[in-house]
Amino acid sequence: MKIAIPTINDLSIKVETSFGRAPYYAIYDTETKKYIYLQNIACNSVGGAGIKASQFLVDQKVDAVIAPRCGENAMKVLTDANIKVYQSTSPLIENNITDFLNDKLSLLNEINTGLHRHHHG
Amino acid sequence: MKIAILSGKGGTGKTFVSVNLASIILNSLYVDCDIEEPDGHLFLHPLNLTENSVNVKIPHIDNTLCNDCRKCVEFCHFNALASIQHRITLFKDVCHSCGGCSLICPMNAISEVDRKIGCIQRGIAGHIEVLTGMLNPGETSGISIINRLMEIANQSKRVTIIDCPPGSSCAVMESIKDADYCLIVAEPTIFGSSNLKMIHQLVSLLHKKCGIVLNKCLDEDNPSEEYARQAKIKIVGQIPFDSYLATANSNGEIAVSKNEKYQKIFTSIYQNILREIKS
Amino acid sequence: MKQLVILSGKGGTGKTTIASAFIQLAHASAYADCDVDAPNLHLINRNFDHQNKEDYHGLVKANINQELCIKCHYCVDHCRFNAIQEGLQFVVNQLSCEGCGVCELVCPAHAISLVSSVDGEITLSFNDDEFFSSATLKMGSGTSGMLVSRVKAQLKEKADNLPFAIIDGSPGIGCPVIASINGADMVLVVTEPSLSGISDMKRIVQTIQKAHLKMALCINKSDININQSLAIKEFAKKNSIPFAGEIPFDEEVIKCINKGKTIIESDSKAKDAIKIIFNRVMKWFLDENE
Repeated sequence: MKIAIPTINDLSIKVETSFGRAPYYAIYDTETKKYIYLQNIACNSVGGAGIKASQFLVDQKVDAVIAPRCGENAMKVLTDANIKVYQSTSPLIENNITDFLNDKLSLLNEINTGLHRHHHG
Repeated sequence: MKIAILSGKGGTGKTFVSVNLASIILNSLYVDCDIEEPDGHLFLHPLNLTENSVNVKIPHIDNTLCNDCRKCVEFCHFNALASIQHRITLFKDVCHSCGGCSLICPMNAISEVDRKIGCIQRGIAGHIEVLTGMLNPGETSGISIINRLMEIANQSKRVTIIDCPPGSSCAVMESIKDADYCLIVAEPTIFGSSNLKMIHQLVSLLHKKCGIVLNKCLDEDNPSEEYARQAKIKIVGQIPFDSYLATANSNGEIAVSKNEKYQKIFTSIYQNILREIKS
Repeated sequence: MKQLVILSGKGGTGKTTIASAFIQLAHASAYADCDVDAPNLHLINRNFDHQNKEDYHGLVKANINQELCIKCHYCVDHCRFNAIQEGLQFVVNQLSCEGCGVCELVCPAHAISLVSSVDGEITLSFNDDEFFSSATLKMGSGTSGMLVSRVKAQLKEKADNLPFAIIDGSPGIGCPVIASINGADMVLVVTEPSLSGISDMKRIVQTIQKAHLKMALCINKSDININQSLAIKEFAKKNSIPFAGEIPFDEEVIKCINKGKTIIESDSKAKDAIKIIFNRVMKWFLDENE
């Protein structure tokens, strides 16, 4: 099973607050018990970053996401793709994975209305 | 003839000047382009209201025709489309209605449908025709509403007062695009003069004739007046700070409807503007 | 870093005046001006040792290569934004172009490409332990929501270890306001007792409620219309919005602002009223249990 967590760079142990605009995702594989880091192709999108980032994770065949917050558009993409989104419990990536493996995480409930159209404000 | 009233900063008195000018000019047309926070109608109380929706076009995807090639997803510069479990989903709040996905789809699976983003209200307030643009809360762009307002205004023969949105964004530019004269309202604070400078640049960029009305004037030094003199912009009027006005304004009253002093002030402003336009 | 955002809906209600007072009272070391269309916070007395400025690239815009253009008109026919001007040359109006890529798609001569444009400038002013993030949007641009996000992201990046930040939000109810409140822990709505102030306040409250954020309301220039101030208080009560207080109209405010000072540096009734509101709001803002 693959679990994605938004993070700051490809060496970071910390969780990034913004889901759609996180520079990287740390992907934990429960079988290999290893992390790989993928650059988020959506992070500099002017608009629809959450949608593009979620599409990217769907295409990477991620099974679950752990994040502090998530926009409503991103949530829709992930939910439609049967990817579960969990509320992060710690600013450190590893603690979240531990909590996940011990069934301590709850699903993310509060959806944020994020940015909509970015042009012509 | 179209006179655009703008200010850069909010709260300087754009709507106050607009509704009072529209009131002293016989058979005028008042157009409220501040579609996020339209306030003119609160003063003018237009009657015989008719309302027309303003729509934008959004794509409709027929997933039975879709072959999942993803050309639409990859084309969309705004990331408004996603491909999930072999279905294309549209995120209408980021869609810019450009029509590109419909063009690019090799299977003709994408057609376009209307989506309402706001409306235009038309009414009459005495001798004044009132046009109000309103953006639905939650929507983020109303340029098409402003375009539609200006289309209607361009067909009218009445002297038109355009109450512009605050700021210097493209919504403001769309509002002043067809104006014959731009009247900038400035307040006597450093905030006001800083934004006055910015608005002056914007108006110059579009090569529009412009003048300034100094509002809420006190006996103190007026940084906006200083800027106007320095930049050689014509000051077409000065309105004193007057608690009578503050109260009247807060009650939605139009000063010129009852008060001779302000009838004179606004008549003089209008005559100065006419003189400027003709020169 | 917790974020307190100060909004007003209608411009000119005193958002920046109050934000600058709060920043001084709180000895805030992190603050931002999200009104990128008409930034004003920098005009209130602040001295910084360093300033970084960066170009802000917004949307891409279309560009027509005149040597390849065959003047076939396809681009004009398909542009939904009336952004292509015909004439001796076909030229893309950079202000109207939304960077959708349709003209590039339909051009049979491959004469059109999308290029990045500078839409504004983002600034970080700072000392060793104080950070001020702001930006200016180039006029006529439309990408203010994204720029507002950058202003906040820049502050977060530099000052995330600080306990809180005070954000002077954008006016209106549109995209830049949504961007201002994204990630906020609390929003203070400043309103004034006028018909337009109240009308605009209701629209902004609606926008904030959709985002499920902690909110409080205060009235500025409250004595210019007592009846309407009462109506606002009723509205707050009816909608369970915590009422933080009211500030009387005070000419001292203008005098202070024009000297580039905050109202806190004066002796005035406005200052006393703002202090009361500040104490209430900060308590609600920093309270971990709410």
